[in-house]
Amino acid sequence: MTGADTDTMAISRRGLLRAAGASAFAIAIRFDGAGAAIAPASFTPNAMLSINAAGAISLSLPKTEMGQGVYTALTMMIAEEMEVTAQSIAILLPDGATGRFGKVTQDTGGSTTIRECWEPVRQAAADARGALIAAAAAQWKVAPGECSATDGQVIHAASKRALPYSALVASAATMKLPEKTLVKTSGYKVIGKPQHRLDSPAKVRGEAEYGIDVRLPGMKVATLAQAPVFGGTLDSVNEAAAMAVKGVVQVVRLPDAVAVVADHYWAARKGLEALSPTWKDGTNATASQAAIMASYAKAAQGEGASAMAEGGLDAAMMAKAMAGATKKISAVYEQPFLAHATMEPGNCVVHVKDGGCEIWTGTQIPGSARDEAAKAMGVPADKVILHNRLMGGGFGRRLEPDYILRAIEVGKQVQAPVKLIWSREEDMQHDLYRPFYHDAIEAGLDADGKPIAWTHKITGSSIMARLYPQYYKGVDADAVDGSVTTPYTLPAQRVEFIRHESAVPTSWWRGVGGARSAFVVESFIDELAHAAGADPIAYRRSLTSDPRTQAVLDMVAEKSGWAAPAPAGRARGVALIHTWDTYMAQVVEVEKHPENGVKVVKVTAVVDCGQPVNPMGIEAQIEGGVIFGLTAALFGEVTVADGRIEQSNFHDYRLLRISEAPVIETHIIPSSQTVGGMGEPPVATIVPALANAVFALTGKRIRKLPIAKVLTA
Amino acid sequence: MTTVNVNGVDHQVDVDDDMPLLWVVRDVLGMTGTKFGCGAGLCGACTVHIDGEAQFACQTPIASVGTSKVTTIEAMKDSPIGKAVQEAWIDTDVVQCGYCQPGQIMRACAMIAKSPQPTDAEIDEVMYTNLCRCGCYPRIRAAIHKATGAGKVAA
Ligand code: FES
Ligand code: FES
Repeated sequence: MTGADTDTMAISRRGLLRAAGASAFAIAIRFDGAGAAIAPASFTPNAMLSINAAGAISLSLPKTEMGQGVYTALTMMIAEEMEVTAQSIAILLPDGATGRFGKVTQDTGGSTTIRECWEPVRQAAADARGALIAAAAAQWKVAPGECSATDGQVIHAASKRALPYSALVASAATMKLPEKTLVKTSGYKVIGKPQHRLDSPAKVRGEAEYGIDVRLPGMKVATLAQAPVFGGTLDSVNEAAAMAVKGVVQVVRLPDAVAVVADHYWAARKGLEALSPTWKDGTNATASQAAIMASYAKAAQGEGASAMAEGGLDAAMMAKAMAGATKKISAVYEQPFLAHATMEPGNCVVHVKDGGCEIWTGTQIPGSARDEAAKAMGVPADKVILHNRLMGGGFGRRLEPDYILRAIEVGKQVQAPVKLIWSREEDMQHDLYRPFYHDAIEAGLDADGKPIAWTHKITGSSIMARLYPQYYKGVDADAVDGSVTTPYTLPAQRVEFIRHESAVPTSWWRGVGGARSAFVVESFIDELAHAAGADPIAYRRSLTSDPRTQAVLDMVAEKSGWAAPAPAGRARGVALIHTWDTYMAQVVEVEKHPENGVKVVKVTAVVDCGQPVNPMGIEAQIEGGVIFGLTAALFGEVTVADGRIEQSNFHDYRLLRISEAPVIETHIIPSSQTVGGMGEPPVATIVPALANAVFALTGKRIRKLPIAKVLTA
Repeated sequence: MTTVNVNGVDHQVDVDDDMPLLWVVRDVLGMTGTKFGCGAGLCGACTVHIDGEAQFACQTPIASVGTSKVTTIEAMKDSPIGKAVQEAWIDTDVVQCGYCQPGQIMRACAMIAKSPQPTDAEIDEVMYTNLCRCGCYPRIRAAIHKATGAGKVAA
């Protein structure tokens, strides 16, 4: 089971896909599944690209698609350098393999895709183009420098000759690749131009294949119950009752969970009910939300490790700086645990066989998940094949391999391929949650109300320490991102981090550390502006001399109509970030709402993310990120009682609905600067912007989330 | 044996009466366009048409379907409304992860069949049941207007 390249395409089972009535969406698609006929590639310049004898280009997508649009954006980058249209490229979702794409990792998160891929992906395509040009030049016996590529062919303008790529792949395949063909730096035909998503047609027809849709011959379907209390273990089950349910074939007991295997999900679910598992709750049985929160507040009293470069100012130096202040302001902010609640619940298909296993799932980390799977199997990585699929949402949830390892635990005991599907309740109650954070922050202000001293102590879980203990030196570099470096000039600044863990497991959540920082820093800056009696935008602007920061502030003021008072009954708030190499400002307009306390009417977002790749994708990320962030800001909270998560489904873990979604207006500042990230910035910016708008509307400062709970308490 | 008519075809299925239509369609008939999101009537990912009405397939025991005609996302490209809505969805770049979209489209199509040019208020009232974690709501609204020729987005 090693060696064979079984990369598959999850978009469609139909060879060729056409959007209804729109030939612009014609994409050559590889069949899904083993054994489907695939034209042999004639020219494979690198791990990402291959061009077949017909000249058709295939891209093995180096990053994973969970809705964020890299399926389209990365393809555009290839199209640009290969001088073809994005929609002419067939896109394959490759199997997981560490190192498969050289320096580009398959791991997808933290708004890194475009930034990480910008150089190497375009270079890979430029090199392919260079080889095709060299092949044509050799055939024509002219210098490669006299030739160029356009529209899927190489041309020699002087002699008015042209050869399509299809006529060149055979000789290109036998040539030594020219070194580092130059990538374009301007004159883009594809990059920066609006491009419709390439994955829409399959998705709107229900033809796109997600992990949960995988079906294999002889496959069984399982569902599970995991110890409801963190750290608990399985005590007893009524196996006979479960086996009596029609369609149930097996019960798989694990130390801390139990799965029922059946012919289909419904039988598995009924079997699980009949099984009525009981649990030994262990030491966390009495853990409560109040106790957890108190433990964070207590931990925050301690001294943290300095997050500043070179240690920064020590306590004595800070005290001296603070002593010069005419006024001091301090505040404590708290942010709750949050579940990811991807719309597609956890699932994974595993077939354990022949001393290894084959896995089908949607993961943000296909390479490292395969390595983890191999470890769990106790086999070398080449005994594990991991087929990746489209994801019905990621948001960091699928940066964890736990649901894959769970499926392996079950699959080891099942003599067939088995699809393990988590119920929504399991998904919500056995997530790895966004950490709870306690932030204590203080500023000393000068006579003009500007900060001259700034101390910020962050107490929270460290995901970095859990994942990379070998590098952890007391400060979680992600958690403090956006706190150490803020958009503002802060003359004397100290940021400390205190790691504190609870029974609740934590992990990455869309917006990561930068979003946790943005809520605190941007809320607090707003408090300072208010204390100074200054306009919130003017105040922010006075604290930076960076032209790009000023430009996003200026544009958001202009586009939101900031200078004019908000309509009667409404108020506005603003927030600004510069994280993930992206500058973003948002103005939120709100009014009172009887049920939620506040209704978000309109959001104006301005972004400078450097050279835009797909403006339509950027707009979509901003709209989606704003709504994702609004859900968190207004309603998001996961709480613990008796050692278990209290929320279980969408009735008590509310998502924003269409009727609650604001109008969102996006403005992209044209730029040819280094590319920035787009997945996290809108989430990070909206939360404090809303909190600040709520203050402007109600006079109530939001120092604890979620807002609807605070306002309606 | 139960007979269920899905997308114009009668299927014989040997399942318990209480098995939700969602799992009959997905796990027995192998049509995976209809999605599982919550299993509790809280998200709309599983929305199908039963005699033209948008319903949660996860809340519909197979025995309750009887001789009613079930339509799933797989058949929508063959209906004029379905085709127009899917085209509008593509033109508007509605989808992100796409997982909720079959359900969104099924509910939108059922609405449009009754109200050919829904207002924003109608859209709120009808589409309210369908969650989208990726936050595609502004574009869902815009695409519905586009599909129905109104071309107007709420201000
Ligand atoms: S799966 Fe049926 S409403 Fe959520
Ligand atoms: S597009 Fe992802 S849940 Fe709606």
